Amino acid sequence: MPYATQLSLQEATGPAMEEVVFLHDHVLLLTFLMSLVILLFATTAITATVTHNDPTEEVEQLEAAWTAAPIMILILTALPSVRSLYLMEEVFDPYVTIKATGHQWYWNYEYTDGTNVSFDSYMIQTQDLPNSAPRLLEVDHRMVMPANLQTRIVVTAEDVLHSWAIPSLGIKVDAVPGRLNQLPLATSRTGVFFGQCSEICGANHSFMPIVVEAVPLNYFEQWLTTEQ
Amino acid sequence: MQSVSAATQDSSKKRRVGHFTAPFDARFPFTNQTRNCYQNYLDYYRCLKIMKEKGKDVQKCEWYHKVFKSLCPTSWINQWDEQRKQGIFPGKI
Ligand SMILES: [Cu+2]
Repeated sequence: MPYATQLSLQEATGPAMEEVVFLHDHVLLLTFLMSLVILLFATTAITATVTHNDPTEEVEQLEAAWTAAPIMILILTALPSVRSLYLMEEVFDPYVTIKATGHQWYWNYEYTDGTNVSFDSYMIQTQDLPNSAPRLLEVDHRMVMPANLQTRIVVTAEDVLHSWAIPSLGIKVDAVPGRLNQLPLATSRTGVFFGQCSEICGANHSFMPIVVEAVPLNYFEQWLTTEQ
Repeated sequence: MQSVSAATQDSSKKRRVGHFTAPFDARFPFTNQTRNCYQNYLDYYRCLKIMKEKGKDVQKCEWYHKVFKSLCPTSWINQWDEQRKQGIFPGKI
């Protein structure tokens, strides 16, 4: 989860976020390389003494180079980006389907694979907060999912646009009324992961957080039966 | 992407008998699953109608029911059920 003075991305807790971190590092490396080369050119240009000044000189090789270099850079950025994009959105073989519906201003979760579990998830007000729970992030009813298994999350909204997002799981899905958006959801370990509604949806937009609790499979099954 | 494939293998291994969720459908490979839900709802009631006309076993239609139950929000299903009851459901069943 996020912490004060945090500079970079949140720690990855699933394959999707691992992809995001990989792409971030890859693009950052390219950026450093480009900055270095430009700095080198700039320094040379500033400090060099002009020895000849012939505007008709042939510079075909230089022109070829400054055309080819940006093309290479674009390819090196685009290919990993597309790869990550497709890996992150493919739902292969989910174990369970969870439906998240955005409302003004809370989330509703449904588990209807042979079960009939449905509950609303409201933010806990600051004055009612239990010890050590994060302010404006904890909810009264967390979404529980099995850890180390692929889950399908189907996101929609009942009134206006919302967005269901968990930064440490690398997921952000628009919740659109009348439309169902699915994405794979997988964690590589158990834990509690926090997120917030990420599409301006009205007065309490900041007060409809998302909390996912990833538990081992047998606990998940137990929880499902007790919820029913 | 080792982790995703590992997670995928895991899920088929641990899958309980009788536990079901809508599988991957080649007709709806993208993020937008609206049509997947609606089509399976339609197919279920079409299937029921045809099987009843022919006097055959309606058990065969259960698949569609499970799939749309997995994917569709309960509020959508309730709304469509209500529309069918009143005879104003827009789909062709
Ligand atoms: Cu919202």
